[in-house]
Amino acid sequence: MLQKPDAAASWNIAAHLGRAILNLLREIGLVTLFLKDMLAQGLTPTFYPRQIADQMLKIGYNSLPVVGLTAFFTGGALALQIYLGSSRFNAESLVASIVALGITRELGPVLAGLMVAGRVGAAIAAELGTMKVTEQIDALVTLATNPFKYLAAPRLIAAVITMPILVAIGDTIGIMGGYIVGTRSLGFNEYAYLKNTADFLKLDDFTSGLIKAAVFGFIIAVMGCYHGFNSRGGAQGVGRATTNAVVSSAILILAANFALTSLLFGD
Amino acid sequence: MTPHIELKDVRKSFGPKQVLRGLSIAVNKGRSLVVIGGSGTGKSVMLKCILGIIRPDSGEINVGGESVVGLRGTERDQLLLRFGMLFQGSALFDSLSVWENVAFGLTHGRGVARSAARDVAIDKLAQVGLTSDVGALYPAELSGGMQKRVALARAIAADPEIIFFDEPTTGLDPIMADVINNLIVDCVKRLGATTISITHDMASARKIADDIAMIHRGEIIWQGEANQVNRSGNAYVDQFIHGRAEGPIQMDVLRP
Ligand SMILES: Nc1ncnc2c1ncn2[C@@H]1O[C@H](COP(=O)(O)OP(=O)(O)O)[C@@H](O)[C@H]1O
Ligand SMILES: [Mg+2]
Repeated sequence: MLQKPDAAASWNIAAHLGRAILNLLREIGLVTLFLKDMLAQGLTPTFYPRQIADQMLKIGYNSLPVVGLTAFFTGGALALQIYLGSSRFNAESLVASIVALGITRELGPVLAGLMVAGRVGAAIAAELGTMKVTEQIDALVTLATNPFKYLAAPRLIAAVITMPILVAIGDTIGIMGGYIVGTRSLGFNEYAYLKNTADFLKLDDFTSGLIKAAVFGFIIAVMGCYHGFNSRGGAQGVGRATTNAVVSSAILILAANFALTSLLFGD
Repeated sequence: MTPHIELKDVRKSFGPKQVLRGLSIAVNKGRSLVVIGGSGTGKSVMLKCILGIIRPDSGEINVGGESVVGLRGTERDQLLLRFGMLFQGSALFDSLSVWENVAFGLTHGRGVARSAARDVAIDKLAQVGLTSDVGALYPAELSGGMQKRVALARAIAADPEIIFFDEPTTGLDPIMADVINNLIVDCVKRLGATTISITHDMASARKIADDIAMIHRGEIIWQGEANQVNRSGNAYVDQFIHGRAEGPIQMDVLRP
Protein backbone atom coordinates (compact mmCIF):
# COMPACT_ATOMS: atom_id res chain seq x y z
CA MET A 1 0.00 0.00 0.00
CA LEU A 2 2.78 2.36 0.87
CA GLN A 3 4.49 1.83 -2.43
CA LYS A 4 1.57 2.96 -4.49
CA PRO A 5 2.05 6.72 -4.17
CA ASP A 6 5.78 6.26 -4.77
CA ALA A 7 5.17 4.39 -7.98
CA ALA A 8 2.71 7.02 -9.07
CA ALA A 9 5.18 9.75 -8.20
CA SER A 10 8.01 8.22 -10.20
CA TRP A 11 5.68 7.68 -13.13
CA ASN A 12 4.72 11.32 -12.83
CA ILE A 13 8.35 12.38 -12.87
CA ALA A 14 8.91 10.44 -16.08
CA ALA A 15 5.78 11.95 -17.60
CA HIS A 16 6.80 15.44 -16.51
CA LEU A 17 10.28 14.99 -17.87
CA GLY A 18 8.92 13.70 -21.17
CA ARG A 19 6.54 16.62 -21.45
CA ALA A 20 9.25 19.10 -20.54
CA ILE A 21 11.55 17.72 -23.23
CA LEU A 22 8.77 17.80 -25.83
CA ASN A 23 7.96 21.39 -24.87
CA LEU A 24 11.61 22.35 -25.10
CA LEU A 25 11.93 20.85 -28.59
CA ARG A 26 8.73 22.56 -29.67
CA GLU A 27 9.99 25.87 -28.33
CA ILE A 28 13.32 25.47 -30.15
CA GLY A 29 11.41 24.85 -33.39
CA LEU A 30 9.22 27.92 -32.86
CA VAL A 31 12.18 30.16 -32.02
CA THR A 32 13.99 28.93 -35.14
CA LEU A 33 10.99 29.77 -37.33
CA PHE A 34 10.66 33.15 -35.64
CA LEU A 35 14.35 33.84 -36.16
CA LYS A 36 14.04 33.00 -39.85
CA ASP A 37 11.19 35.52 -40.25
CA MET A 38 12.98 38.10 -38.14
CA LEU A 39 16.14 37.96 -40.25
CA ALA A 40 14.48 37.52 -43.65
CA GLN A 41 11.88 40.26 -43.13
CA GLY A 42 13.64 42.49 -40.63
CA LEU A 43 17.04 42.79 -42.24
CA THR A 44 15.86 43.58 -45.76
CA PRO A 45 14.77 47.09 -46.84
CA THR A 46 12.90 49.14 -45.55
CA PHE A 47 14.89 50.30 -42.50
CA TYR A 48 13.72 52.79 -39.89
CA PRO A 49 16.72 54.93 -38.80
CA ARG A 50 14.71 56.87 -36.22
CA GLN A 51 13.69 53.63 -34.53
CA ILE A 52 17.25 52.29 -34.63
CA ALA A 53 18.65 55.48 -33.08
CA ASP A 54 15.93 55.44 -30.43
CA GLN A 55 16.70 51.83 -29.50
CA MET A 56 20.47 52.47 -29.41
CA LEU A 57 19.76 55.11 -26.80
CA LYS A 58 17.40 52.85 -24.81
CA ILE A 59 19.42 49.65 -25.04
CA GLY A 60 22.96 50.99 -25.05
CA TYR A 61 23.21 54.39 -23.44
CA ASN A 62 20.69 53.75 -20.69
CA SER A 63 22.45 50.49 -19.73
CA LEU A 64 25.76 52.25 -19.10
CA PRO A 65 25.29 52.86 -15.36
CA VAL A 66 24.29 49.25 -14.65
CA VAL A 67 27.09 47.77 -16.72
CA GLY A 68 29.66 50.24 -15.37
CA LEU A 69 28.78 49.59 -11.72
CA THR A 70 28.74 45.82 -12.21
CA ALA A 71 32.15 45.90 -13.88
CA PHE A 72 33.67 48.21 -11.28
CA PHE A 73 32.70 46.09 -8.29
CA THR A 74 33.57 42.85 -10.06
CA GLY A 75 37.06 44.14 -10.90
CA GLY A 76 37.54 45.23 -7.31
CA ALA A 77 36.31 41.96 -5.80
CA LEU A 78 38.43 39.98 -8.22
CA ALA A 79 41.57 41.90 -7.20
CA LEU A 80 40.87 41.28 -3.51
CA GLN A 81 40.13 37.61 -4.01
CA ILE A 82 43.26 36.91 -6.03
CA TYR A 83 45.39 38.82 -3.57
CA LEU A 84 44.08 36.72 -0.69
CA GLY A 85 44.67 33.51 -2.61
CA SER A 86 48.20 34.19 -3.84
CA SER A 87 51.51 34.28 -2.05
CA ARG A 88 52.69 37.65 -0.93
CA PHE A 89 55.61 37.80 -3.23
CA ASN A 90 54.11 37.34 -6.68
CA ALA A 91 50.75 38.93 -5.82
CA GLU A 92 51.44 42.15 -7.60
CA SER A 93 51.84 40.74 -11.10
CA LEU A 94 49.22 38.03 -10.59
CA VAL A 95 46.44 40.38 -9.48
CA ALA A 96 46.90 42.75 -12.39
CA SER A 97 47.05 40.03 -15.01
CA ILE A 98 44.17 37.91 -13.74
CA VAL A 99 41.92 40.91 -13.31
CA ALA A 100 42.69 42.00 -16.88
CA LEU A 101 42.18 38.56 -18.41
CA GLY A 102 39.20 37.60 -16.25
CA ILE A 103 37.37 40.81 -17.00
CA THR A 104 38.01 41.05 -20.73
CA ARG A 105 37.59 37.38 -21.59
CA GLU A 106 34.78 36.21 -19.32
CA LEU A 107 33.33 38.37 -16.60
CA GLY A 108 33.00 41.59 -18.57
CA PRO A 109 30.87 40.22 -21.40
CA VAL A 110 28.98 37.64 -19.32
CA LEU A 111 28.01 39.98 -16.49
CA ALA A 112 27.13 42.77 -18.90
CA GLY A 113 25.11 40.25 -20.92
CA LEU A 114 23.20 39.09 -17.85
CA MET A 115 22.58 42.62 -16.60
CA VAL A 116 21.39 43.81 -20.01
CA ALA A 117 19.23 40.68 -20.35
CA GLY A 118 17.53 41.67 -17.10
CA ARG A 119 17.16 45.30 -18.05
CA VAL A 120 16.67 45.35 -21.79
CA GLY A 121 15.39 41.83 -22.51
CA ALA A 122 12.62 42.36 -19.98
CA ALA A 123 11.81 45.81 -21.35
CA ILE A 124 11.62 44.56 -24.94
CA ALA A 125 9.36 41.64 -24.02
CA ALA A 126 7.13 43.83 -21.85
CA GLU A 127 6.79 46.59 -24.44
CA LEU A 128 6.18 44.32 -27.43
CA GLY A 129 3.97 42.03 -25.32
CA THR A 130 1.79 44.96 -24.32
CA MET A 131 1.64 46.09 -27.94
CA LYS A 132 0.59 42.57 -28.90
CA VAL A 133 -2.20 42.14 -26.36
CA THR A 134 -3.56 45.66 -26.98
CA GLU A 135 -3.63 44.94 -30.75
CA GLN A 136 -1.06 47.66 -31.50
CA ILE A 137 0.93 45.12 -33.52
CA ASP A 138 -2.18 44.24 -35.54
CA ALA A 139 -2.77 47.97 -36.02
CA LEU A 140 0.78 48.31 -37.35
CA VAL A 141 0.08 45.60 -39.92
CA THR A 142 -3.12 47.29 -41.09
CA LEU A 143 -1.11 50.49 -41.57
CA ALA A 144 1.02 48.55 -44.07
CA THR A 145 4.05 48.44 -41.78
CA ASN A 146 5.87 45.17 -41.13
CA PRO A 147 6.34 44.63 -37.35
CA PHE A 148 9.57 42.72 -37.99
CA LYS A 149 11.00 45.74 -39.78
CA TYR A 150 9.55 48.44 -37.56
CA LEU A 151 9.81 46.79 -34.12
CA ALA A 152 12.13 43.77 -34.16
CA ALA A 153 14.93 44.84 -36.51
CA PRO A 154 15.75 48.16 -34.77
CA ARG A 155 16.05 46.34 -31.43
CA LEU A 156 18.21 43.62 -32.94
CA ILE A 157 20.51 46.04 -34.75
CA ALA A 158 20.80 48.31 -31.72
CA ALA A 159 21.56 45.43 -29.35
CA VAL A 160 24.22 43.87 -31.60
CA ILE A 161 25.96 47.23 -32.12
CA THR A 162 25.74 48.64 -28.60
CA MET A 163 26.58 45.53 -26.57
CA PRO A 164 30.25 45.44 -27.70
CA ILE A 165 30.55 49.17 -27.00
CA LEU A 166 29.02 48.66 -23.55
CA VAL A 167 31.39 45.78 -22.85
CA ALA A 168 34.42 47.76 -24.03
CA ILE A 169 33.52 50.51 -21.60
CA GLY A 170 32.71 47.93 -18.91
CA ASP A 171 36.09 46.22 -19.41
CA THR A 172 37.89 49.50 -18.92
CA ILE A 173 35.91 50.31 -15.78
CA GLY A 174 36.43 46.77 -14.44
CA ILE A 175 40.18 47.01 -14.85
CA MET A 176 40.01 50.42 -13.18
CA GLY A 177 38.16 48.78 -10.28
CA GLY A 178 40.98 46.27 -9.88
CA TYR A 179 43.54 49.05 -10.16
CA ILE A 180 41.88 51.17 -7.48
CA VAL A 181 41.61 48.26 -5.03
CA GLY A 182 45.14 47.14 -5.86
CA THR A 183 46.78 50.52 -5.44
CA ARG A 184 44.60 52.05 -2.71
CA SER A 185 43.95 49.16 -0.37
CA LEU A 186 46.53 46.51 -1.25
CA GLY A 187 49.37 48.97 -1.54
CA PHE A 188 50.59 48.02 -5.04
CA ASN A 189 52.75 50.36 -7.03
CA GLU A 190 50.60 52.29 -9.48
CA TYR A 191 53.02 52.22 -12.39
CA ALA A 192 53.81 48.52 -11.94
CA TYR A 193 50.14 47.62 -11.85
CA LEU A 194 49.41 49.36 -15.12
CA LYS A 195 52.54 47.94 -16.73
CA ASN A 196 51.58 44.40 -15.65
CA THR A 197 48.11 44.90 -17.06
CA ALA A 198 49.45 46.20 -20.36
CA ASP A 199 52.04 43.42 -20.62
CA PHE A 200 49.57 40.62 -20.08
CA LEU A 201 46.61 41.89 -22.03
CA LYS A 202 46.60 41.09 -25.73
CA LEU A 203 44.27 42.53 -28.28
CA ASP A 204 42.74 39.06 -28.75
CA ASP A 205 41.56 38.99 -25.14
CA PHE A 206 39.74 42.20 -25.68
CA THR A 207 38.22 41.38 -29.09
CA SER A 208 37.10 37.90 -28.03
CA GLY A 209 35.05 39.58 -25.31
CA LEU A 210 33.55 41.99 -27.81
CA ILE A 211 32.58 39.13 -30.15
CA LYS A 212 30.85 37.47 -27.22
CA ALA A 213 29.11 40.73 -26.44
CA ALA A 214 27.68 41.01 -29.96
CA VAL A 215 26.38 37.44 -29.75
CA PHE A 216 24.81 38.13 -26.35
CA GLY A 217 23.16 41.26 -27.74
CA PHE A 218 21.72 39.15 -30.53
CA ILE A 219 20.37 36.61 -28.02
CA ILE A 220 18.80 39.28 -25.82
CA ALA A 221 17.04 41.02 -28.72
CA VAL A 222 15.79 37.79 -30.32
CA MET A 223 14.43 36.34 -27.07
CA GLY A 224 12.86 39.66 -26.07
CA CYS A 225 11.12 40.02 -29.44
CA TYR A 226 10.10 36.36 -29.63
CA HIS A 227 8.46 36.33 -26.21
CA GLY A 228 6.93 39.77 -26.74
CA PHE A 229 5.42 38.98 -30.15
CA ASN A 230 4.03 35.68 -28.89
CA SER A 231 2.52 36.86 -25.64
CA ARG A 232 -1.22 36.53 -25.21
CA GLY A 233 -3.78 36.81 -22.49
CA GLY A 234 -3.59 40.30 -20.99
CA ALA A 235 -1.34 41.54 -18.20
CA GLN A 236 -0.61 38.04 -16.94
CA GLY A 237 0.57 36.97 -20.39
CA VAL A 238 2.86 39.98 -20.63
CA GLY A 239 4.31 39.15 -17.22
CA ARG A 240 4.97 35.58 -18.32
CA ALA A 241 6.59 36.79 -21.55
CA THR A 242 8.88 39.11 -19.60
CA THR A 243 10.03 36.39 -17.21
CA ASN A 244 10.56 33.91 -20.04
CA ALA A 245 12.56 36.43 -22.06
CA VAL A 246 14.93 37.09 -19.16
CA VAL A 247 15.34 33.47 -18.08
CA SER A 248 15.79 32.10 -21.60
CA SER A 249 18.29 34.77 -22.62
CA ALA A 250 20.28 34.32 -19.40
CA ILE A 251 20.55 30.57 -19.98
CA LEU A 252 21.39 31.01 -23.65
CA ILE A 253 24.03 33.62 -22.80
CA LEU A 254 25.75 31.25 -20.36
CA ALA A 255 25.59 28.37 -22.84
CA ALA A 256 26.80 30.52 -25.72
CA ASN A 257 29.61 31.83 -23.54
CA PHE A 258 30.81 28.30 -22.92
CA ALA A 259 30.62 27.48 -26.62
CA LEU A 260 32.39 30.68 -27.62
CA THR A 261 35.13 30.23 -25.02
CA SER A 262 35.92 26.76 -26.32
CA LEU A 263 35.73 28.04 -29.90
CA LEU A 264 37.85 31.16 -29.38
CA PHE A 265 40.42 29.87 -26.90
CA GLY A 266 40.46 26.09 -27.35
CA ASP A 267 43.18 24.97 -29.76
CA MET B 1 -21.80 43.63 -60.15
CA THR B 2 -19.13 41.81 -58.15
CA PRO B 3 -19.29 42.62 -54.45
CA HIS B 4 -16.52 44.85 -53.10
CA ILE B 5 -15.84 42.40 -50.29
CA GLU B 6 -16.92 38.79 -50.40
CA LEU B 7 -16.36 35.90 -47.99
CA LYS B 8 -17.34 32.38 -49.03
CA ASP B 9 -17.52 29.50 -46.58
CA VAL B 10 -14.68 30.82 -44.40
CA ARG B 11 -13.62 28.52 -41.59
CA LYS B 12 -11.20 29.10 -38.74
CA SER B 13 -10.44 27.10 -35.62
CA PHE B 14 -8.05 27.83 -32.78
CA GLY B 15 -6.99 24.40 -31.57
CA PRO B 16 -10.18 22.43 -30.94
CA LYS B 17 -12.29 25.60 -30.84
CA GLN B 18 -14.19 26.30 -34.05
CA VAL B 19 -14.69 30.06 -34.31
CA LEU B 20 -15.79 30.60 -37.92
CA ARG B 21 -17.89 27.72 -39.24
CA GLY B 22 -18.49 28.40 -42.89
CA LEU B 23 -19.09 32.15 -42.80
CA SER B 24 -20.30 33.72 -46.06
CA ILE B 25 -21.10 37.39 -46.57
CA ALA B 26 -20.88 40.02 -49.30
CA VAL B 27 -20.79 43.83 -49.25
CA ASN B 28 -21.32 45.97 -52.33
CA LYS B 29 -19.24 49.04 -53.10
CA GLY B 30 -20.16 52.11 -51.11
CA ARG B 31 -22.49 50.23 -48.75
CA SER B 32 -22.34 50.21 -44.98
CA LEU B 33 -22.79 46.76 -43.51
CA VAL B 34 -23.25 46.33 -39.78
CA VAL B 35 -22.57 42.90 -38.29
CA ILE B 36 -24.34 42.26 -35.00
CA GLY B 37 -23.90 39.30 -32.70
CA GLY B 38 -22.97 38.26 -29.19
CA SER B 39 -19.54 38.41 -27.62
CA GLY B 40 -17.09 35.75 -28.70
CA THR B 41 -19.05 34.74 -31.81
CA GLY B 42 -16.09 35.46 -34.12
CA LYS B 43 -16.81 39.02 -35.30
CA SER B 44 -13.31 40.36 -34.75
CA VAL B 45 -11.78 37.17 -36.13
CA MET B 46 -13.81 37.69 -39.32
CA LEU B 47 -12.36 41.18 -39.83
CA LYS B 48 -8.84 39.96 -39.07
CA CYS B 49 -9.23 37.22 -41.67
CA ILE B 50 -10.11 39.80 -44.33
CA LEU B 51 -7.09 41.92 -43.32
CA GLY B 52 -4.82 38.88 -43.37
CA ILE B 53 -3.88 39.22 -39.69
CA ILE B 54 -5.41 35.78 -39.14
CA ARG B 55 -5.22 33.18 -41.88
CA PRO B 56 -8.46 31.21 -42.37
CA ASP B 57 -8.24 27.41 -42.45
CA SER B 58 -10.36 27.28 -45.59
CA GLY B 59 -12.73 29.37 -47.69
CA GLU B 60 -12.46 32.25 -50.10
CA ILE B 61 -12.00 35.95 -49.38
CA ASN B 62 -12.20 38.36 -52.32
CA VAL B 63 -11.67 42.12 -52.33
CA GLY B 64 -12.67 43.84 -55.55
CA GLY B 65 -13.09 40.41 -57.13
CA GLU B 66 -9.53 39.28 -56.33
CA SER B 67 -8.54 36.64 -53.83
CA VAL B 68 -6.59 38.05 -50.88
CA VAL B 69 -5.92 34.94 -48.78
CA GLY B 70 -2.24 34.34 -48.12
CA LEU B 71 -0.91 37.50 -49.80
CA ARG B 72 2.63 38.40 -48.71
CA GLY B 73 5.15 41.20 -48.90
CA THR B 74 4.44 44.16 -51.18
CA GLU B 75 1.24 42.67 -52.58
CA ARG B 76 -0.11 42.47 -49.08
CA ASP B 77 0.99 46.01 -48.17
CA GLN B 78 -0.57 47.25 -51.42
CA LEU B 79 -3.87 45.67 -50.41
CA LEU B 80 -3.71 47.00 -46.86
CA LEU B 81 -3.20 50.54 -48.15
CA ARG B 82 -6.81 50.35 -49.38
CA PHE B 83 -8.10 49.66 -45.84
CA GLY B 84 -8.65 51.63 -42.68
CA MET B 85 -9.38 49.85 -39.42
CA LEU B 86 -10.71 51.08 -36.10
CA PHE B 87 -9.76 48.49 -33.47
CA GLN B 88 -12.00 47.44 -30.63
CA GLY B 89 -9.60 48.78 -27.99
CA SER B 90 -8.46 51.71 -30.17
CA ALA B 91 -4.93 50.17 -30.36
CA LEU B 92 -3.22 53.56 -30.50
CA PHE B 93 0.59 53.43 -30.39
CA ASP B 94 1.36 54.66 -26.89
CA SER B 95 4.95 55.57 -27.72
CA LEU B 96 3.81 58.10 -30.34
CA SER B 97 1.97 61.39 -29.97
CA VAL B 98 -1.62 61.72 -31.14
CA TRP B 99 -0.78 63.38 -34.46
CA GLU B 100 1.97 60.85 -35.15
CA ASN B 101 -0.60 58.11 -34.57
CA VAL B 102 -3.05 59.67 -37.00
CA ALA B 103 -0.31 60.30 -39.57
CA PHE B 104 1.31 56.86 -39.20
CA GLY B 105 -0.25 55.31 -42.29
CA LEU B 106 0.92 58.30 -44.32
CA THR B 107 4.46 58.64 -42.97
CA HIS B 108 5.22 54.92 -42.81
CA GLY B 109 2.88 53.08 -45.17
CA ARG B 110 2.93 55.68 -47.95
CA GLY B 111 6.17 57.61 -47.51
CA VAL B 112 4.55 61.05 -47.08
CA ALA B 113 6.90 63.67 -45.55
CA ARG B 114 6.34 64.32 -41.85
CA SER B 115 5.39 67.98 -42.22
CA ALA B 116 2.78 67.26 -44.91
CA ALA B 117 1.46 64.28 -42.96
CA ARG B 118 1.16 66.45 -39.88
CA ASP B 119 -1.11 68.88 -41.71
CA VAL B 120 -3.33 66.02 -42.85
CA ALA B 121 -3.39 64.64 -39.30
CA ILE B 122 -4.44 67.98 -37.81
CA ASP B 123 -7.14 68.24 -40.47
CA LYS B 124 -8.45 64.73 -39.70
CA LEU B 125 -8.38 65.47 -35.97
CA ALA B 126 -10.54 68.53 -36.67
CA GLN B 127 -12.98 66.31 -38.59
CA VAL B 128 -13.48 64.19 -35.47
CA GLY B 129 -13.86 67.29 -33.32
CA LEU B 130 -10.40 67.47 -31.75
CA THR B 131 -8.31 70.64 -31.73
CA SER B 132 -4.72 70.77 -32.94
CA ASP B 133 -3.28 71.01 -29.41
CA VAL B 134 -4.59 67.49 -28.75
CA GLY B 135 -2.19 66.38 -31.49
CA ALA B 136 0.81 66.93 -29.24
CA LEU B 137 -0.58 64.79 -26.38
CA TYR B 138 0.07 61.09 -25.89
CA PRO B 139 -2.72 58.47 -26.01
CA ALA B 140 -2.42 57.70 -22.28
CA GLU B 141 -3.38 61.32 -21.55
CA LEU B 142 -6.75 60.99 -23.31
CA SER B 143 -10.14 59.72 -22.12
CA GLY B 144 -11.66 56.62 -23.70
CA GLY B 145 -13.97 58.68 -25.91
CA MET B 146 -11.12 60.86 -27.15
CA GLN B 147 -8.99 57.77 -27.85
CA LYS B 148 -11.84 56.37 -29.97
CA ARG B 149 -11.95 59.63 -31.92
CA VAL B 150 -8.21 59.58 -32.49
CA ALA B 151 -8.45 55.96 -33.61
CA LEU B 152 -11.24 57.00 -35.98
CA ALA B 153 -9.07 59.81 -37.35
CA ARG B 154 -6.24 57.32 -37.87
CA ALA B 155 -8.57 54.91 -39.68
CA ILE B 156 -9.73 57.58 -42.15
CA ALA B 157 -6.43 59.48 -42.42
CA ALA B 158 -5.41 58.08 -45.80
CA ASP B 159 -8.92 58.26 -47.32
CA PRO B 160 -9.22 54.47 -47.62
CA GLU B 161 -11.81 52.85 -49.91
CA ILE B 162 -12.74 50.25 -47.26
CA ILE B 163 -13.09 50.92 -43.53
CA PHE B 164 -13.74 48.46 -40.70
CA PHE B 165 -15.09 49.63 -37.36
CA ASP B 166 -14.80 47.04 -34.59
CA GLU B 167 -17.19 47.94 -31.78
CA PRO B 168 -16.71 51.70 -32.17
CA THR B 169 -19.11 52.61 -29.36
CA THR B 170 -18.51 49.85 -26.81
CA GLY B 171 -17.56 51.24 -23.42
CA LEU B 172 -18.63 54.81 -24.19
CA ASP B 173 -21.46 56.74 -22.57
CA PRO B 174 -24.60 57.00 -24.77
CA ILE B 175 -23.92 60.61 -25.76
CA MET B 176 -20.32 60.00 -26.75
CA ALA B 177 -21.49 56.85 -28.54
CA ASP B 178 -23.88 58.93 -30.60
CA VAL B 179 -21.14 61.46 -31.34
CA ILE B 180 -19.00 58.60 -32.68
CA ASN B 181 -21.93 57.25 -34.70
CA ASN B 182 -22.43 60.64 -36.33
CA LEU B 183 -18.73 60.93 -37.07
CA ILE B 184 -18.75 57.51 -38.71
CA VAL B 185 -21.76 58.40 -40.85
CA ASP B 186 -20.15 61.73 -41.83
CA CYS B 187 -16.77 60.25 -42.63
CA VAL B 188 -18.21 57.43 -44.65
CA LYS B 189 -20.44 59.78 -46.64
CA ARG B 190 -17.54 62.10 -47.34
CA LEU B 191 -15.25 59.27 -48.48
CA GLY B 192 -17.88 57.13 -50.17
CA ALA B 193 -16.14 54.17 -48.59
CA THR B 194 -17.38 50.61 -48.25
CA THR B 195 -17.61 49.78 -44.56
CA ILE B 196 -18.12 46.84 -42.25
CA SER B 197 -18.96 47.79 -38.67
CA ILE B 198 -19.25 45.44 -35.76
CA THR B 199 -21.42 46.25 -32.83
CA HIS B 200 -23.83 44.89 -30.29
CA ASP B 201 -25.28 48.33 -29.77
CA MET B 202 -28.57 48.40 -31.73
CA ALA B 203 -28.87 52.20 -31.59
CA SER B 204 -25.49 52.39 -33.28
CA ALA B 205 -26.41 49.69 -35.81
CA ARG B 206 -29.62 51.47 -36.85
CA LYS B 207 -27.77 54.72 -37.25
CA ILE B 208 -24.85 53.63 -39.39
CA ALA B 209 -26.17 50.61 -41.32
CA ASP B 210 -27.42 50.29 -44.88
CA ASP B 211 -27.48 46.54 -44.36
CA ILE B 212 -27.41 44.43 -41.23
CA ALA B 213 -26.15 40.88 -40.84
CA MET B 214 -26.30 38.75 -37.74
CA ILE B 215 -23.51 36.36 -36.80
CA HIS B 216 -24.11 33.47 -34.42
CA ARG B 217 -21.63 30.73 -33.58
CA GLY B 218 -19.37 31.64 -36.49
CA GLU B 219 -22.03 31.78 -39.22
CA ILE B 220 -24.16 34.51 -40.75
CA ILE B 221 -27.70 33.52 -39.84
CA TRP B 222 -29.54 36.52 -41.24
CA GLN B 223 -28.76 39.40 -43.59
CA GLY B 224 -31.04 42.14 -44.85
CA GLU B 225 -31.57 45.87 -45.29
CA ALA B 226 -31.35 47.88 -42.08
CA ASN B 227 -35.04 48.81 -42.09
CA GLN B 228 -35.99 45.12 -42.32
CA VAL B 229 -34.31 44.18 -39.06
CA ASN B 230 -37.50 44.62 -37.02
CA ARG B 231 -39.40 42.36 -39.42
CA SER B 232 -36.72 39.75 -39.94
CA GLY B 233 -38.95 36.87 -38.90
CA ASN B 234 -35.81 35.35 -37.40
CA ALA B 235 -36.08 34.33 -33.76
CA TYR B 236 -32.36 34.82 -33.17
CA VAL B 237 -32.40 38.36 -34.55
CA ASP B 238 -35.52 39.20 -32.57
CA GLN B 239 -33.97 37.96 -29.36
CA PHE B 240 -30.78 39.93 -30.01
CA ILE B 241 -32.31 43.27 -31.00
CA HIS B 242 -34.67 43.21 -28.06
CA GLY B 243 -31.97 42.02 -25.68
CA ARG B 244 -33.91 39.15 -24.17
CA ALA B 245 -32.32 36.48 -22.00
CA GLU B 246 -34.92 33.94 -23.20
CA GLY B 247 -34.84 32.66 -26.74
CA PRO B 248 -32.96 30.38 -29.11
CA ILE B 249 -29.58 31.96 -28.28
CA GLN B 250 -28.39 30.23 -25.14
CA MET B 251 -25.60 32.06 -23.36
CA ASP B 252 -23.00 29.69 -21.98
CA VAL B 253 -23.29 31.32 -18.60
CA LEU B 254 -22.50 28.26 -16.59
CA ARG B 255 -19.89 26.75 -18.85
CA PRO B 256 -16.49 28.43 -18.88
N1 LIG C 1 -5.47 34.64 -31.84
C1 LIG C 1 -6.37 33.86 -31.21
N2 LIG C 1 -5.97 32.69 -30.64
C2 LIG C 1 -6.86 31.89 -30.02
N3 LIG C 1 -8.17 32.16 -29.90
C3 LIG C 1 -8.63 33.29 -30.43
C4 LIG C 1 -7.76 34.21 -31.11
N4 LIG C 1 -8.50 35.26 -31.54
C5 LIG C 1 -9.77 35.00 -31.14
N5 LIG C 1 -9.86 33.84 -30.48
C6 LIG C 1 -11.09 33.24 -29.93
O1 LIG C 1 -12.09 33.29 -30.91
C7 LIG C 1 -13.35 33.59 -30.33
C8 LIG C 1 -14.00 34.72 -31.09
O2 LIG C 1 -13.25 35.88 -30.84
P1 LIG C 1 -13.67 37.32 -31.40
O3 LIG C 1 -13.80 37.25 -32.86
O4 LIG C 1 -12.67 38.27 -30.86
O5 LIG C 1 -15.09 37.55 -30.72
P2 LIG C 1 -16.05 38.79 -30.92
O6 LIG C 1 -17.18 38.28 -31.73
O7 LIG C 1 -16.49 39.18 -29.55
O8 LIG C 1 -15.26 39.87 -31.61
C9 LIG C 1 -13.11 33.90 -28.88
O9 LIG C 1 -13.55 32.82 -28.10
C10 LIG C 1 -11.62 34.07 -28.76
O10 LIG C 1 -11.17 33.55 -27.54
MG1 LIG D 1 -14.46 41.56 -30.99
